[in-house]
Amino acid sequence: MVELTIFALGILLIDLMVPREWKWINAAGAFVGVLFAAFCVWRIQSALPRGAVGFYNSLLVDRFAIYFWYLFLAGAAIAILMSVRYLDVEDEHHGEYYSLLLLSVVGMMCMAAGIDIVLIFIGLELMAISTYVLVGFLRRDRRSNEAALKYMLLGAFSSGIFAYGLSLFYGLSGGTNLRDIARAVSAPQNLHNPVVVIALLTTMTGLLFKIAAVPFHQWAPDAYEGAPTSITGFMSVAVKAAAWAMLLRILVFGLWPLRSVYTPVIVVVAIATMTGANFAALTQTNTKRLLAYSSIAHVGYMLLAFVAMGTSQPGSPGFSDGFKGILIYLLVYTFMNLGAFAVITSLRQRNVIGDEIDDMAGLYRRAPVEAALMLLFLLSLAGIPPAAGFLGKYYIFLSLIESGHYGLASLGVLYSLFGLYYYLKIANAMLMRAPMETERLPVSLGMRCAVGVTALATIVIGVYPEPFIRGVNWSLGIVQSPHVAAMVK
Amino acid sequence: MQSHILSIILFTPLVGGLVLLFVPKENKYAIRWIANIFALGGFLISLPLVPMFWAQRFEPGFKFLEGTPNNWIPSIGAGYNLGIDGISFLLIMLTTLLGWISILSSWTAIEIRVKEYYVWFLVLQTGMLGVFMALDFFLFFVFWEAMLVPMYLLIGIWGGPRKLYAAIKFFLYTLFGSVLMLLGILFLYFHHHTVTGVFTFSIPELYKTAPLIPFHYAIWLFVAFFIGFAIKVPMFPFHTWLPDAHVEAPTAGSVILAGVLLKMGTYGFVRFSLPFFPAVVSHPKVQSWMIGISLVGIIYGALVSLMQKDMKKLVAYSSVSHLGFCTLGIFALNSMGLSGSVLQQINHGISTGALFLIVGILYERRHTREIAEYGGISNVMPVYATITMIMFLSSMGLPLLNGFVGEFTILQGAFTANWRWAAWAAPGVVLAAAYLLWLYQRVFFGTVTNPKNEKLHDLTPREILTFVPLIIMALWIGLYPKPFFQILEQPVNQIVQTIHDNSNANAPVNAQVAPAPSSRSKASN
Repeated sequence: MVELTIFALGILLIDLMVPREWKWINAAGAFVGVLFAAFCVWRIQSALPRGAVGFYNSLLVDRFAIYFWYLFLAGAAIAILMSVRYLDVEDEHHGEYYSLLLLSVVGMMCMAAGIDIVLIFIGLELMAISTYVLVGFLRRDRRSNEAALKYMLLGAFSSGIFAYGLSLFYGLSGGTNLRDIARAVSAPQNLHNPVVVIALLTTMTGLLFKIAAVPFHQWAPDAYEGAPTSITGFMSVAVKAAAWAMLLRILVFGLWPLRSVYTPVIVVVAIATMTGANFAALTQTNTKRLLAYSSIAHVGYMLLAFVAMGTSQPGSPGFSDGFKGILIYLLVYTFMNLGAFAVITSLRQRNVIGDEIDDMAGLYRRAPVEAALMLLFLLSLAGIPPAAGFLGKYYIFLSLIESGHYGLASLGVLYSLFGLYYYLKIANAMLMRAPMETERLPVSLGMRCAVGVTALATIVIGVYPEPFIRGVNWSLGIVQSPHVAAMVK
Repeated sequence: MQSHILSIILFTPLVGGLVLLFVPKENKYAIRWIANIFALGGFLISLPLVPMFWAQRFEPGFKFLEGTPNNWIPSIGAGYNLGIDGISFLLIMLTTLLGWISILSSWTAIEIRVKEYYVWFLVLQTGMLGVFMALDFFLFFVFWEAMLVPMYLLIGIWGGPRKLYAAIKFFLYTLFGSVLMLLGILFLYFHHHTVTGVFTFSIPELYKTAPLIPFHYAIWLFVAFFIGFAIKVPMFPFHTWLPDAHVEAPTAGSVILAGVLLKMGTYGFVRFSLPFFPAVVSHPKVQSWMIGISLVGIIYGALVSLMQKDMKKLVAYSSVSHLGFCTLGIFALNSMGLSGSVLQQINHGISTGALFLIVGILYERRHTREIAEYGGISNVMPVYATITMIMFLSSMGLPLLNGFVGEFTILQGAFTANWRWAAWAAPGVVLAAAYLLWLYQRVFFGTVTNPKNEKLHDLTPREILTFVPLIIMALWIGLYPKPFFQILEQPVNQIVQTIHDNSNANAPVNAQVAPAPSSRSKASN
């Protein structure tokens, strides 16, 4: 984390020194920073096989945190690759962009590793404030400004509610560490203590806002549509993953004793999220907005897995498969969604905004490879095997079956049909309609790398998921699942 | 070779598709040749399977097994396991044959985006073969769904005027069925774990535990699988996607759709529904419902065919009727009905595949499928008219041709189970003769009424070549079906045996079975 901060500040300095034509140095610097940070995480991982606590008990670097750190860094790296030429086209190539990106990753890392509510909150704000600025980065674009303002006002409001809930927990437990809080709320009478319930509900409001679950989702479509497309991609994966890491940390590691209180709420929220997002997505004509609603719908599916966790005992198949489901979903979602946004970003030309579905028409003629890969990303988002998205869906529905939620599982698969319908709308435009322009789309090297890497990951995770499942098992401390052990024996 | 023959057959088309990716798309000639070589190669490679299979046709169980259990994704217990029995063997041969014929028939029909067309077609071929070969449920499901994508693109890109609508409808309908099936699969998978403590998707393993599922769960599982397969077949109330998809699809797409894709549904019934839920399928109420909608499908499909103005739509609805016979045979639940049904699936692939080719040939020349546009075609295209007559007779079930053997055996099986069922199905045969002969009369007999038809040229050698194997197969099955029944004998008897063993177990079975995953939480209610 420290390394990333140094790089972020370094980029600010370098930015002052380089002339306009050399702005790509900033991107390269940020990219190197991310790689270096990944290297350091790897060092930490091999040095501390059991995890370690640091910063006066506020930071827990365990496998869970390391898993998410890699995820954030991957998201940031791909976002940087996408940004270079896009910022040129938008004429907004400033070094601040990359340093803000890196700083927000630092915030995310605090969120994933923090076990002290103060640190978590600081991380959250660091990430959030960086993203507010990034959303409004296109200063001359009114949509971008509007999006940033909306996002900031609502975000600040939700942070306030979140802080209120956390402060109540502090008052109840006398400590800011999640372990203290867990100990304090585990007394049975607390389940009916109104203060605990209020604290829980306000905390959850903050968490659900950050993952953009219905009814706290209204900011998402606007912010996604207005933000620079590369930032939209980044927000929809890394920011979302960070919010999930925070949610899991607080609700599973900290407030697990209260699960009988919050699980019913999550059930309602999950159903509302899937319903609201899928219905809203059906009528969208703007690709970015459509993907915004689709990303809300994906949150709904992940919440289903959380329900499965919340209603089963730790160690039972329902719990571990639900947990794995969320982590794997976030992993595959990072690649497939960033890939989709990378293709949309490449549509942005000097004179074309390129984010309406109509702009996709005939993409197969203008950029055949990108069109084919976009089809892959869309199918993956819809959960069609052998693309990676299926694996996430598989774990979620498996955990629901294992915990006995047949009704929720059926609802979930039905809504995935809605998903297919609106993804196919894009695919139809892309592959089956005549192009409005016939000239080939220029695609930059960085973009090619971004699309290529995400597509490769989407395919590989889908076709040979074994190492990735092992990775997730490792991050959850499940070294080998029982039947693998049985096979080895 | 013997140990990997299934993999070789499975991946030959896919390799062809990958090779095509490297051919520049302007070079249509090379693309067509390469695609045809791989398609023909795929068929030729599958031929050695015939003597190899024939040698062990009476041995029980799956043959040509490939892969050890759980070798693909050990963490979840999924394996790359292939294997075939008599039922899948016949369907695989049908698939490789029809795949080659459809690609050959597309030579002049496809003029735009030729490269993509052949790539997707070859990918589709691999997907379909995988469905029939997979012995692992995870693998099966991957093929089952992955195969929808190329078909969706074939309809959506190279289809008729309403192609976008038809493509999306096809995809959504079939996906609806398969996601419900996915939940069923996951339930079986988890149930296997509760009984044995092992997570595995291996189909032979699941055969052992699935019949132990208590009836009140099994009935819902059966419904989940039923919807998945019934949409694919398609059975009566679920058939509405079929006419749209057929009418809009390019000719070769229709051939594959009718010839192979629909068989996946009936294959699913035979391979999964019957052995997994023997107590449910043999429950008198369930059985009579299944038979009931099969009969409705037979009669309804035939009646709707009678009044079609569009030739392709007529053939499409006749598929509904013919597939009704197949499901009737399956749910008669005796060996006669079952083997008749599988044979009829092959017959339908041959004759309806040919019918779509026939319609496609006229369409390619005149760009219309309206019956009223034609008349007296036999005067200008005599070879074409002869071949059409043979295939029409085969489709309507004339003795000495293949359709008769299949339908007769199915009716025999239905009669053994309950004579009323056979009595209700028999009018379907008569109606089939009516709509096909009437169509033939309107299109081929008389004098040429439409001046546009006077200059039509007869079949080219390539077109004749596409029909030759189909006619040979139709005659062979019609004249000497014994080898086919021998191939089917062992697997069919095994399925009937499973049903027989479990049929009296309508009540909750076996005390040793742990109650299926329960603890339905308050939260979900």
